[in-house]
Amino acid sequence: MRLLSIENLCLSIHALKILKNVSLEVAKGEIVAITGESGSGKSLTAFSVMQLLPRGTAATGSIKLDGTELLNTPDANMCKLRGNDIGMVFQEPMTALNPLMSIGDQVMETILLHTDASREEARHRAEKTLARVGLPPERYSLARFPHELSGGQRQRVVIAMAIALRPRLLIADEPTTALDVTTQAQIIDLLKDLVQDFGMGLLMITHDLAVVSNMADRIVVMRRGEVVETGETKTLFANMQHDYTKALFAASAHEVTLPNNIPSDALLIVKDAVRDYPKPRTKLFAPREYTRAVNAVSFTLKKGERIGLVGESGCGKSTLTRAILGLEPLQGGSITAFGQEVGPDMPPALRSGLQVVFQDPYGSFNPRHKVARIITEPFHLLPDPPRGQERKNRISEALIAVGLHPSDADKYIHAFSGGQRQRIAIARALIINPELIIFDEAVSALDVSIRAQILDLIAELTQTHELSYLFISHDLSVVRTITDRVLVMKDGEIVEDGETRQVFKNPHHPYTASLIAAAPTLPDVKALADAPD
Amino acid sequence: MLRYSLKRLLSLVISLIIASLVIFLVIEVAPGDPASFMLGINAQEDTLDALREELGLNQSKLERYLSWTFGMLQGDFGTSYTYRTPVADMVADRLWVSLPLALYALALSTLIAFPAGIYAASRRGGAGDVSIMGATQLGVAIPNFWFAMMLVLVFAINLRWFSAGGFPGWDEGLFTGFKALTLPAIALALPQAAILARVMRSSLLDILNEDFIRTARAKGLNQRQALWRHALRNALIPVLTIIGLQFSFLLAGSIIIEQVFYLPGLGRLVFQSISQRDLIVVESVVMLLVFAVIMVNFIVDLAYAWVDPRLRSRT
Amino acid sequence: MTSRNLIIGGVLSAIFIAAALVSFVWTPFDVTQMNIPNKLKTPNAANWLGTDHFGRDIFSMIMVGARTSIAVALIAVGIGMSIGVPLGLAAAARQGSLLDEVIMRGNDLVFAFPSLVIAILITAVFGPGAVNAIIAIGIFNVPVFARLTRSAALPLWQREFIMAARVSGKGPARISMEHILPNVTNLLIVQGTIQFSLGILAEAGLSYVGLGAQPPLPSWGRMLADAQTMVSFAPHLALIPGGAIILTVLGLNLMGDGLRDLLDPRIRVERT
Repeated sequence: MRLLSIENLCLSIHALKILKNVSLEVAKGEIVAITGESGSGKSLTAFSVMQLLPRGTAATGSIKLDGTELLNTPDANMCKLRGNDIGMVFQEPMTALNPLMSIGDQVMETILLHTDASREEARHRAEKTLARVGLPPERYSLARFPHELSGGQRQRVVIAMAIALRPRLLIADEPTTALDVTTQAQIIDLLKDLVQDFGMGLLMITHDLAVVSNMADRIVVMRRGEVVETGETKTLFANMQHDYTKALFAASAHEVTLPNNIPSDALLIVKDAVRDYPKPRTKLFAPREYTRAVNAVSFTLKKGERIGLVGESGCGKSTLTRAILGLEPLQGGSITAFGQEVGPDMPPALRSGLQVVFQDPYGSFNPRHKVARIITEPFHLLPDPPRGQERKNRISEALIAVGLHPSDADKYIHAFSGGQRQRIAIARALIINPELIIFDEAVSALDVSIRAQILDLIAELTQTHELSYLFISHDLSVVRTITDRVLVMKDGEIVEDGETRQVFKNPHHPYTASLIAAAPTLPDVKALADAPD
Repeated sequence: MLRYSLKRLLSLVISLIIASLVIFLVIEVAPGDPASFMLGINAQEDTLDALREELGLNQSKLERYLSWTFGMLQGDFGTSYTYRTPVADMVADRLWVSLPLALYALALSTLIAFPAGIYAASRRGGAGDVSIMGATQLGVAIPNFWFAMMLVLVFAINLRWFSAGGFPGWDEGLFTGFKALTLPAIALALPQAAILARVMRSSLLDILNEDFIRTARAKGLNQRQALWRHALRNALIPVLTIIGLQFSFLLAGSIIIEQVFYLPGLGRLVFQSISQRDLIVVESVVMLLVFAVIMVNFIVDLAYAWVDPRLRSRT
Repeated sequence: MTSRNLIIGGVLSAIFIAAALVSFVWTPFDVTQMNIPNKLKTPNAANWLGTDHFGRDIFSMIMVGARTSIAVALIAVGIGMSIGVPLGLAAAARQGSLLDEVIMRGNDLVFAFPSLVIAILITAVFGPGAVNAIIAIGIFNVPVFARLTRSAALPLWQREFIMAARVSGKGPARISMEHILPNVTNLLIVQGTIQFSLGILAEAGLSYVGLGAQPPLPSWGRMLADAQTMVSFAPHLALIPGGAIILTVLGLNLMGDGLRDLLDPRIRVERT
């Protein structure tokens, strides 16, 4: 008998149909991954199993755990199952723990709630569980509070809470999405290990096909509330049936072709750049202490070059970006663009040569302004900004260049989807024809299919506008295709600098090698299809 | 924790110094000469001089500021211009009415608001929530001194459960004393309780939307357990801020309420002193009120650290 | 629910604002006209809300009193906003700087002086009057708006559209006016309504203890002070001005809640 079987699950929130006839199964010791883009209903399917749904949801169909119906069971009964028979791990480890309660107490709570264990026994079990997930009590005392742990460590605590009682089923909702690649790889290994050790079933939700292919036994592909394809991992990748699965895979593996470039004059020279941040004062009268976020970074970007800057969170890449944009001062070294020093007081003419595209398609625009006003904001840098018809023409040109319509200029930003917004952000950067564009995690918040489109757009603009850019990202697969040189940053320093293809093929620095090794990769579909069973 | 407390303490001292300077300077601009006010318009110049000397009015502003503040540190608040008695004595008697009244009201307000706010939040959208919110909407709109008059009308004049005003003194026993302060305290507490209940409810509802509440539910806690074990403590942080602020409103409010109940508290003393232009008394009472408010905020700051480990471990 | 709050609140507020405005050109009786033989009348056909101990028409006094209350509270909100909002914007624009620290500590300090204490100080020096009430309540409103503006502006400064404006060479002052202020306006309108209602309560309290508007100018707070000794035999003297205060404050609060839900459901109002 199957451990978990969902049959014809339909779910609607205030009469809006979210899930349509979803059916799937998880066996003991099996890892099943639900994948799909945002809005596919994959997370709601997971929460349906826990029966932790937002108010106003109505569900029909059946969700059975070892034959026991879960759908629409009274909450009191579900409370006995949650944490005991079904554990759950969430996406955002930074907010998933109670900030006012020690990690030991939070893990012990699961144990005390479902068993007759004394506090002493519960503490002992909590210690063992935390040690099992990689937080041995000798180093990570039970008395620690969540804010004293990193994101990856907090995710381990969440996992410890979920598995403390060895549940039959573990549900993990995007458990590694908020984590860095190296941490992601460790958490994935941990989850795989636990499944094997405990013989649990694992229902894993993720948008990342590479992660899926690396760990799942079976895959369920969802789109707009429906299951479009399901099957054993290898078979499914080898022989994709549904067009959507094919499109999803193609978008995940998407590569662009950049036009050849002949790097000429140096546009941007970063020389021994140092950026310090004051730490919070520890003593009232002692001199301030500083954290060095960027430490003696040097590199040169020549006209026509497309450079990638990769590194994990906290490595200093965002700080470096802000310094290059002249938003924050340096404490040592220099950054020069087009022969002039960059800094908070740099002249508008210099600033107009440097533009930026940010990550968040929802936070990048003033919600009260129309598109025309948003994309013409950089005109502020021109001594004689275009007016009247010329201004209109420039707006139309920029919008057409990024694949939008000139009439979009009169709309407010909320009329656009995430992908369209990112196009508008690019239009804003292009409108004054800057020499150099900085893409700051510009495709990181987008679904794979949209991401592929934006990467195509950048490649196309590279052709038509002869762009030079610095592409900052934590995502190696993106940097690999959209740049011809790559810089790897760690702890405020650049540890590797070389031609992109070379670096990926033959990394020099061990850190680069570990990054590349940790990054999950998509399977080679051809090889799978050709291989005999 | 120690560093955090020291930092707060330093900020407390600076606040007190600036507040005392402001109060001193405002009183300094007041027109008129206390000596001639005390002796009347027919006073001789040499008697006036002698009095000025006695009151220290001939000293420079700085000297007088310093002797005022250092005096206060030693419990010497100067001499009343009108009654020629130490201000400290006058204030001390009154303080034993105003301070217990404010604390009594604070306790009542908290005792009413916490259960009401928690109940409303846990029954969100239900009949209990709607009626509590309706009641607090009304409570927020009621002026406390008017409410006091209504309490007197109903419970003192009509039902005769309480006396309509006055204070027998603590010598008559704790019960008698608190009984006399009960109507004033209710009048003060209810409007503040309405505000506090609303803050408690909205703060709880915010926290109940947090991710870690979902985590707690995924462990198998039911909605009520998640609220009591995880949400409440987190929701206390904004509530503490409001309690701190409310203390200053209650102290100020008690000055007004004393007028309704003819209580011999600081309020009566201040209004009397204003009309008699006994500015040194006004100055001292105002300083005392401000001191109380600043102290309470200091205590609230320490309470934050007690609730929130993030503050404790931060410097 | 939302529109119901807004409508009830709007209508209540409109009635009292209209009464205040009409009182400039017309009241049923002259509020300074004493008529001792006609004193302490309960509501009747001639005096719709009765008369006080001097035989003055209470309805007329309520109308003129509305004028005092609304004027004091409105000007006090104006003072609070015109000083507090720029301070809050400046503090947010320079977060963590000495300026920010000075503004925020200054705010804390002002919060240590409840408006009643400020009124006591001012009255002690300059004598009583309606202007004192305005200044005292106005000063108290300054840190309310400064804090609110700062706390709403801080997360905005972290948003990427502000970074984009900085990359476009715009300075902190210009960004504050062009990007920050328009995005906190809704919040300020809602808080303004709440402070308006608190101002009416505070003004009533100050007039009640004689620190507000002085005779012969009628005010709701002083009507209650006068009523106090007569409440046992003429309760309408206390019930009517009290009712006027409650209905006005309730109306403004309901309107504030309704506006909040209408303008932005995410706004949380500090109500102290």
